Amino acid sequence: MRKTWWKVLCVVLLLIAIIGGMLVKIPNLPVLGETSRNLFYHVGMWAAMMVLFACSVVHSIKYLRTYDLKYDIYAKNYATTGILFGLLGYFTGVIWMSYTWADPNNPSFQSFAAVVREPKIIGTVVALLIYFAYLILRDSVQDFDKKARVSAVYNIFAFAMLFPTIWIVPRLLPSLHPGQDGNPALNFKDVSSPMRMIQYPAFIGWALLGVWIASLKIRINLIKNKDLLSDHKLQKNHEN
Amino acid sequence: MKPIFSLLKKDFVLEIRQQYNLYGIILYIAATLFVLFLAVEEPETNVWSGLFWVMQLFFCINAVAKSFLQENKGRQLYYYTIASPVHFVIAKLIYNSILMLLMTFISLVLFYALISTPEKIDFASYLGIALLGGFSLSLVFTFLAAIASKAQQNAAIMAILGFPIVVPLLLLLMKLSQAVINPQLTVLSADIFLLLALDLLIVLLAIILFPFLWKD
Repeated sequence: MRKTWWKVLCVVLLLIAIIGGMLVKIPNLPVLGETSRNLFYHVGMWAAMMVLFACSVVHSIKYLRTYDLKYDIYAKNYATTGILFGLLGYFTGVIWMSYTWADPNNPSFQSFAAVVREPKIIGTVVALLIYFAYLILRDSVQDFDKKARVSAVYNIFAFAMLFPTIWIVPRLLPSLHPGQDGNPALNFKDVSSPMRMIQYPAFIGWALLGVWIASLKIRINLIKNKDLLSDHKLQKNHEN
Repeated sequence: MKPIFSLLKKDFVLEIRQQYNLYGIILYIAATLFVLFLAVEEPETNVWSGLFWVMQLFFCINAVAKSFLQENKGRQLYYYTIASPVHFVIAKLIYNSILMLLMTFISLVLFYALISTPEKIDFASYLGIALLGGFSLSLVFTFLAAIASKAQQNAAIMAILGFPIVVPLLLLLMKLSQAVINPQLTVLSADIFLLLALDLLIVLLAIILFPFLWKD
């Protein structure tokens, strides 16, 4: 049981997020009403997603510096867990949106096109498409070392191009989403201070949960690919 | 600088000797345009601009994909022994951007001539935006072609890898071309600088990352 403390912290923070998030006093705003409680869960998913994608890129860089296949397994599993959180972010967002943005006089299928033309949705669509493309690229190369190298290069390039998307797109398109001219997650004006007391622990908690899930997947994959990794190490020693 | 020039010269000589590539792209543009010419009579200016960028995106993929795919394994190995990866990728970026600038000019002239709009579009300023766009697209797709050349089914992979990445570029270009088309809007120099900054970012990333792709 090595490094248990952050798992305990994760559970505590998520308990704060769930219990506190349901009990905290919410400013009663028109349209939003009690749905703003979703802030702790919906925005938390995006926070976790970005943290996981950032971890994935860091491990890709590490791979290119060391050529150790271990880091490739890290990068891949962080990316897949990030995709999972991205999809969860969409589901929680859809629930929220259907109570606030959707036009009650219009069947949801018809208002869909209007609602989807939304900078934050486009930004995360780009993020998810990049990581789907990353997985497809990995599958299309057979050789292990080549796969790891090529996908690491793409991961770094795509991540660097993702940030311009997140900065530029919201400034080009009109939006219904809060946080129009700045950071959508950490806006100080929109959120009341008791909510902020829950918001930050919740974000950190979800991010830790994501890392926890990813670390379990990584451990399984490290065991699965034990032969490969040890072969690789032997070969490297041989070369030296 | 000298190795870059000789690599560039090699690419141009190859292009002139094997002209199928150049004519292939021009034919691709012409065929796409002909289909559009038959399908739409007189589109709105917005639609006109949208169609132009879609066409631009697709023939850019076709034009640039060849630059890395035509090099076979043996030849790659040969370049590996005589040139540094940084020189090689810079030469490719310059070559593809020149090719794309030329092709963009041809395609815009044909597009402008064949498909008319209700309101007149200022050719010179639209050409400026189109050339800037063609240049930016060629940089992104050159690097993606380098990645895709390491994978199987290159052309398809290149499109999959590229589309999410070109979204910010395309949105900026759409905004700029809207400003050119619509007399009520003005072209902001900040947008042009943003586009150039993105181009610089792409070139730097290509120079940093290409050496890792190169070694096999």
